[in-house]
Amino acid sequence: MLLINCPYCGPRPEAEFANGGQAHIARPADPMSLTDDEWAAYLYMRDNTKGLHHERWRHANGCGRFFNASRDTTTDVIKRTYRMGERPEAEHQGAKP
Amino acid sequence: MTDTYRVRRGDGAESRNAVHFTFDGKSYQGLAGDTLASALIANGVHLVGRSFKYHRPRGFVSAGSEEPNALVGVGATQSRYTPNLLATQVEIYDGLVAESQNRWPSLETDAGFLNEYFSSFLPAGFYYKTFMWPRTAWKKLYEPVIRRMAGLGKAPAESDADRYTQVFAHCDVLIVGAGPAGLAAALEASNSDATVILCDEQAEMGGSLLSDRSASIDGMQAADWARAALDELRKRPNVKLMSRTTAFGWYPHNFVGLNERVTDHLSNPATNQPRERLWQVRAKEVVLAAGAIERPLVFTDNDRPGIMLAGAARTYVNRYGVVPGKQVVVFTACDSAYRAALDLKAAGAKIQVIVDLRKSVSGHWVDKARAEGIMVRSDSIVRGTSGWLRVKSAQISNAQGGDAETVACDLILMSGGFTPSVHLFSQSRGKLSYSEELRAYVPGESVERERSVGACKGLFALESVIESGAKGGRDAAAKAGFSPRGERSYTVSAQSVGADAFIGSVMTDHQAEKRAWVDFQNDVTAKDVRLATREGFRSIEHVKRYTTTGMATDQGKLSNMNALGVVSKQIDVAVPKVGLTTFRPPYTPTTFGSFAGQSRGDLFDPVRKTSIHAWAEAQGARFEDVGVWKRAWYFPQVGEDRHAAVARECKATRESVGIFDASTLGKIEIVGKDAAEFMNRMYTNAWTKLEPGRLRYGVMLREDGFIMDDGVVGRMATDRFHVTTTTGGAARVLSMMEDYLQTEWPDLEVWLTSTTEQWSVIALQGPNARKVLEPLVEGIDLSADAMPHMSVREGRICGVPTRLFRVSFTGELGFEVNVPAGYGRAVWEAIFAAGKPYGITPYGTETMHVLRAEKGYIIVGQETDGTVTPDDAGLGWAVGKAKRDFVGKRSLSRPALVREDRKQLVGLLTTDPKVVLEEGAQIVLDPTHPIPVPMIGHVTSAYWSATLNRSIALALVRGGRSRMGEELSIPMPDGVIKAKVVDSILFDPKGERLNA
Repeated sequence: MLLINCPYCGPRPEAEFANGGQAHIARPADPMSLTDDEWAAYLYMRDNTKGLHHERWRHANGCGRFFNASRDTTTDVIKRTYRMGERPEAEHQGAKP
Repeated sequence: MTDTYRVRRGDGAESRNAVHFTFDGKSYQGLAGDTLASALIANGVHLVGRSFKYHRPRGFVSAGSEEPNALVGVGATQSRYTPNLLATQVEIYDGLVAESQNRWPSLETDAGFLNEYFSSFLPAGFYYKTFMWPRTAWKKLYEPVIRRMAGLGKAPAESDADRYTQVFAHCDVLIVGAGPAGLAAALEASNSDATVILCDEQAEMGGSLLSDRSASIDGMQAADWARAALDELRKRPNVKLMSRTTAFGWYPHNFVGLNERVTDHLSNPATNQPRERLWQVRAKEVVLAAGAIERPLVFTDNDRPGIMLAGAARTYVNRYGVVPGKQVVVFTACDSAYRAALDLKAAGAKIQVIVDLRKSVSGHWVDKARAEGIMVRSDSIVRGTSGWLRVKSAQISNAQGGDAETVACDLILMSGGFTPSVHLFSQSRGKLSYSEELRAYVPGESVERERSVGACKGLFALESVIESGAKGGRDAAAKAGFSPRGERSYTVSAQSVGADAFIGSVMTDHQAEKRAWVDFQNDVTAKDVRLATREGFRSIEHVKRYTTTGMATDQGKLSNMNALGVVSKQIDVAVPKVGLTTFRPPYTPTTFGSFAGQSRGDLFDPVRKTSIHAWAEAQGARFEDVGVWKRAWYFPQVGEDRHAAVARECKATRESVGIFDASTLGKIEIVGKDAAEFMNRMYTNAWTKLEPGRLRYGVMLREDGFIMDDGVVGRMATDRFHVTTTTGGAARVLSMMEDYLQTEWPDLEVWLTSTTEQWSVIALQGPNARKVLEPLVEGIDLSADAMPHMSVREGRICGVPTRLFRVSFTGELGFEVNVPAGYGRAVWEAIFAAGKPYGITPYGTETMHVLRAEKGYIIVGQETDGTVTPDDAGLGWAVGKAKRDFVGKRSLSRPALVREDRKQLVGLLTTDPKVVLEEGAQIVLDPTHPIPVPMIGHVTSAYWSATLNRSIALALVRGGRSRMGEELSIPMPDGVIKAKVVDSILFDPKGERLNA
C-alpha cells in the first residue's frame, strides 16, 4: 500500500485515496471549436509512461481534495505531491508539461 | 525420562515440564518448549506424512518454516481445525490434537501408494498429456480422482470459532529476524531514540544462536548471549519484541505485513485473546535479517523418513534436546555438516561416515571430525538409500560412479550449502545478483528504504554476520534521523564453516534420477525437471509451471536453487541466464482469518438501511440489495407470491394511493453564487431560467457523451439546488462534480455537500395522494394550481420541516416528502395512518420498476449501459441545445454518436401477451439466418403489467424509432418469441394523470 503525502493532510495510506489518471490535461476552453480528432485525443489519449509520471489523486476518504503526484511507475516511489494549479518541478517534468 | 532419543539440551537448561498431546489418535509425551516435530522425534516418530503425488512415506526434512513434508492438521474440533500446519512450527501444549494428512486408511498403510508402481506413468506434464480426452471425463472422472489422490489437508467443515484482529503500526526501524544479525541490528538501532520493532517467526528469539554450542560472543555461549541481548532489548522502552510473528509480505513504501500467532501455542487461551493479529507496519527504515535456508542434496531416494538437513538435526539436538537418529550418515558439500555431525556425536549418536562431494577437504571442521575418529570420504556421493517407513542404509560410491558400499543408518544428514532468504528483499523490488561462490542469489541494489544483513545477505561467518547486523542497525537509525548514543563492539569467537555450496543433482546416472527428489512437497524429481528441458522449456518460469517444482505451499524454499542447477547443467546455460522465479507473498502460508480480521459476518460489508427499514421489515417486506442499501422489494400478504404482491401493489397505486420509501436516492446540496452556472456545465439541461420552487429532470453525461446519471433537481433558491441522483450513483456523481469544480473551474463559487443520509424520502403516488397528504401539511397549498407537477415547496408536515416535491416516477399524481432522516419513520407512519381510509398500500422497488416502465421512464444502469446517449434513450428533449458547453456536449456530435442506426429506446409488445420477455435477451430480424445471427438490440426491461393486463418490455433496438409497428424476433432456448415495436410510453401517453 502506497504512502501518499496529501498536500493538505499529510502522509496517509493509499486506501484513503482514489487515482484520477494523468495530470496536467486541461479541459479545452471551447470544446465545440475542436475537430473530432482533437476532441478524441483529449478524451482518450494518455501517456503510458515508464518512469516519472504526473498523476492526479483525490483524498477521497479524507479531505476530498484533488492534488497531483509525481510517481516513478517502475518503482512506485512518489517523488513529490503538489496542489492543483501548481506545476511539477522542472527537473521532474516528463515528456509533457 | 524414558525417551531414548532425549538428551540434554545444548544450553544445559533442563527443567521442562511434561506435555501430553496426540498425533493420529495416539498419545505422546513431549516437553515444554518442544515443537510437534521435536516431540515426535523424541518419541522415535519420523514418519509424518505421505507425499502429494506418489504417496511416498515422508518425514521431517527441516526444523523450521521451510519444511516441505511434515504438514499436519491441528485442532480437536472442526471450528478450531487448521490443516497444512508445519509440525516443525507447531508448538505443543497439553491436549494438542494433531493428525497427518493425505493418507488412507492410515499413515503406515496408505492405499494411495499404488501410485508408486505407476510412477513411470506420472512424469512432468502428465496431467496435461494424459487426461485430455474424452473431454467430458475431466470434470466427472479424472479431476475428482486426482483431487482425492493428490492433496494436502482438508478444509475444516465448520466456520472458524476464533477471532482475528488487525493493527496498524508505525516505527522508525523494523527488523525482520532475531538471529545474530537481527539482534545486533536491534541493539544498535535502539541505542538511540528510534522506535524499533524486532519480529521473528519463531517462539523463541535468537535464531541460529539457539542451536550453536561451539561459538561464543562477548565471552558468553551463543545462546546465552542471545538471551542477554533480548533482556537488554526488553528493558528499552523504544523496542517492541514480537516473537511468533512472521513478516510475510513486503508492500510498497516500506509497508510490511506481519502475522502474529497469539494463542496457537496455548492450552487455555484467555477468551479475550484473538488467535492471530495482522500487523500492517509502516517503517521508516527496514533491516532484513531473515537468515538463510540450508539446501538438500538431490540423490536417489533422498526423501525417506530419517533423511534431513544437517542444520536441522543440529537444531533438534542442541535446542530441543532430541537426537533424530543414532546411526548417522552425513552427505555434504560444505563444512557446516561437519559441525552438525560433531554435535550429534557429542549427544551420543554414532557417525558412520561423512560423505563429501568435494574433491578434497581440509580445514578446522574436517580436521576436528577426523580427530574425533569420524571417517571422512571425499569426492563421494550417497547414490541411493533403502528403508520404507524409515531409512535403513545408504549406498555410497565415488562421485564418478563405481561400486557402492552399503552403510547401515537410521539418519542421513544432507547439506548443499545455504540459500539466503531474499524473499522480502525481492518483493521490495530489489535487484538480486547471483553469487557463483555461494551458488545462490544475494541482494543487490535496493529500491526501498531497507538493507539486508547477515545470512540473508550471503554472510555466513558469525563475526561478519554480527558486524553487518550492527552496521545495518546503526545505518537504519541514522537514515531515520536518529543519532546513536555510542558505539559498542562485539567479541566473536567462532570457527567459520566457509561458504562451499552445490546446486543441482549429484547423480551421474540419469536413469536413477526418477527417484531423486528436487521438490519434496510437490513430488518433483530431477528426472521431471530434465524432461521439461528436453521438451523445450528453457525459462525457469516455464519449467516451474510445467513440472510444478517450487509451486507447493513452501514455494520452493528448499527446491528452487536445485531445480535451477539441474536446468542450468542440462541446457548448459549459466544460472543467472536461466532466470529466477518470482518471490511472492506470503512468505509462509497465512490464514484467511488473519486477512479477514473482523470483516466477517455482519461486519463483512456495511449494510445501509433507511430510517423506514424496520417498519418495512415488520410488515414482512422482502428486501433486495441495491449497492450496499437494503431496499424493500415487495410487501407480500399472506399467501401471495411476488407476482401477486406486485400486481396488487401496482393496481392499488394506480387506483388509489401507494407509499414508497425512496430514501436511498442520492442527494447533493449545491450552493453558491455560481450554483446555476455549475449546474449548466454539469447537466445537459438548461438551469438558468428554472425558477426557485420548480423541479426539473436532469441528465448528466460523462465527457464521452454517454449518460452517467439522472435525477430530479429542485431549485430551492437562486443560489441553492437540491439535486437527487440514482441510488447507486450518488458517490460517483459527487466525485465527478468535485473533480470538475476543483480542477477545471476552481473560479466558480460553489459548494457541494452530500445530503443522502440527511433526508428521508417518502413517495406518495396515486390519484388520492393529495387527499392523504393535505391534512398533514402546514404552510403549503397542495392544490393543482398552487403546486403544479414538477414543483417544490418548503413547509411542515406533521410538525416536521419538509421539502415537498410534486413529482412522479409512476405517471400518477405524486409527491415526494423529504424530511430530516430522524423523523422519517414518524412521518411515514403518520402518512400511512392518514391513508388508511384510501386503502394506502406500501410498495417496493419491483412495483416501482413496473410502474415506471409502463410510462417508459428509464433507469440508469438498466436502460443505459455506458454506451447510451440522451437521444438513444429518447431524452433528446432534456439536452439544452442552445448551451455553449456542458460536460459531454462536444462528444454528442462525434460521427458515431449521430448515426441513424444507433440503438434507440422503444417499447416491445409480445405477440402473445402472456409471454414476459427476459431482460438481456437479444433481438434479431431473422431467426432463421445462419449462425451467427446479426443482433439488432436487446431487451432492457420486461415485466407483467397488471395495469395493461399483458406483458410489457423496453428495448434498445438499432434505428428503433423508425421501426414502429415492425415485428422482431427474440430467439430463446425454447423457441422464438415475436414482438412488435411500439412507443416506449405504454400507459397514459398524454400524461393526464400526473397533471391531475
